[in-house]
Amino acid sequence: MQPEPELASRVVAVIAKTQKIPAESVTIDKTFAELNIDSLDGINLLFAVESEFDIDIPDDAASKIRSVREMVEGIEKLLAAKAAAS
Amino acid sequence: MNPRRVAVTGIGVVSAFGDTFGEFWTGVASGVSAIRPMTLVPEGSVRFPNAAEASHFDPANHFEAKQIDFLDRFAQFAVVAAREAIQASGLKIVPEIAPRTAIVTGSSAGGQATKDEGFHHLYALNQRVSPLTIPRVMANAGASQISKEFGITGPAYTVSTACSSANHAIGQAFWMVRNGVVDVALAGGSEAPFSVGFLKSWEALRVVSPDTCRPFSRDRHGLILGEGAGILVLEPLDAARARGAPVWGEIAGFGMSSDAHHLTQPLADGAAQAMRAALADAGTHPEAIGYINAHGTGTPSNDPTECQAIRMVFGTHADKLLVSSTKSMHGHALGAAGALEAAATLAALRGGMIPPTANFTDPDPACDLDVVPNHSRCAEIEWALSNSFAFGGLNAVLVFRRP
Repeated sequence: MQPEPELASRVVAVIAKTQKIPAESVTIDKTFAELNIDSLDGINLLFAVESEFDIDIPDDAASKIRSVREMVEGIEKLLAAKAAAS
Repeated sequence: MNPRRVAVTGIGVVSAFGDTFGEFWTGVASGVSAIRPMTLVPEGSVRFPNAAEASHFDPANHFEAKQIDFLDRFAQFAVVAAREAIQASGLKIVPEIAPRTAIVTGSSAGGQATKDEGFHHLYALNQRVSPLTIPRVMANAGASQISKEFGITGPAYTVSTACSSANHAIGQAFWMVRNGVVDVALAGGSEAPFSVGFLKSWEALRVVSPDTCRPFSRDRHGLILGEGAGILVLEPLDAARARGAPVWGEIAGFGMSSDAHHLTQPLADGAAQAMRAALADAGTHPEAIGYINAHGTGTPSNDPTECQAIRMVFGTHADKLLVSSTKSMHGHALGAAGALEAAATLAALRGGMIPPTANFTDPDPACDLDVVPNHSRCAEIEWALSNSFAFGGLNAVLVFRRP
């Protein structure tokens, strides 16, 4: 399943901004390791994503995200849960 | 001058167990955790509900009203612990001793609750900031007040190296006494981290456990914040014996290192280097050590890294060591942590009773040492280490010896 393109591009923009890297270098299939996103970068990135999408990412889910695709899919789920709850 | 042996002649502790060293040791030795639902910040203000607060601590029991206004909670803790330590040591700070006495305290955050409140007045309420903010916030506020109260005029300063602060402070004081720079030192650390702004910062870092602190367990979920203070009175062993002082044990060595690696991820090589340096400073060897009071935060990354470092230093002897994390009971008191753990280690050696790692559930193959799960253990041990490893990769290890 391909993620919703607008959502994916917003995630890419957040990653590029927090990691201070060109958006072109961030593609959906990249792992965090390939993007040099270490544990502290990852936490900083989650914080930025939470602000961007107005969501709360639980700690246990956060620790399992290892790639751009996993992050986008996780956000899709949280946004769907949020929409269902409102 | 030949290096002098250094005795601990007084111990003072404020912790989640109470305002005294006696309550602290009774609690830690019994293996019962003092981690409880938080009361010092409004319920629901942070994701994690539990902490090891000194919830019984009432400043009015220790200070006059006006003095309370001038001291943040972290400095109050330091003063209360120092009073207990000095009284227990039987030492009188007479004019001949005052300039030969040092004070070295550790604190990670200083009076950050005061800062939080002051800036809330400014940014949220559009009010002025109290003129007492600066003297309450300064990390040396505890050391300064101890100096003033007891008329101690020798070297006095404060070390701030996050979670290693107290071990760095005790180590510096130990070296000063050992090398004859001073004849007495008060050393330890204090911390009071419970303000909403500071807790929200910890929440964002995602290292605090949603339930409790389970060091070395497979299902550990992070650290639990604690607060309090520990202060030790250090004197040359000969002088302590000559005046018939109580001797809790010796500080025998101190080692430091820096990982040169990462802001938050620990490195086994750095921790191992600090342990080796401490053993060398004590003039002892790994096989002499029987107990390690671990840094043991209960985070996913600290505990296996620390166990790996212990194996690097101790080799096969690691399997004979008792290794426990008392943070499972008194919480992670940050800049006070090393001081609380020094108190626990000294009492453990003297009493022949090793405190456990509480809340232990399920062994983690990556932490395959004897972590003294859940129940304290009788053991006659002469030498012990106490580890502190800070964010920023700064490591400080103390060596203790039974009296």
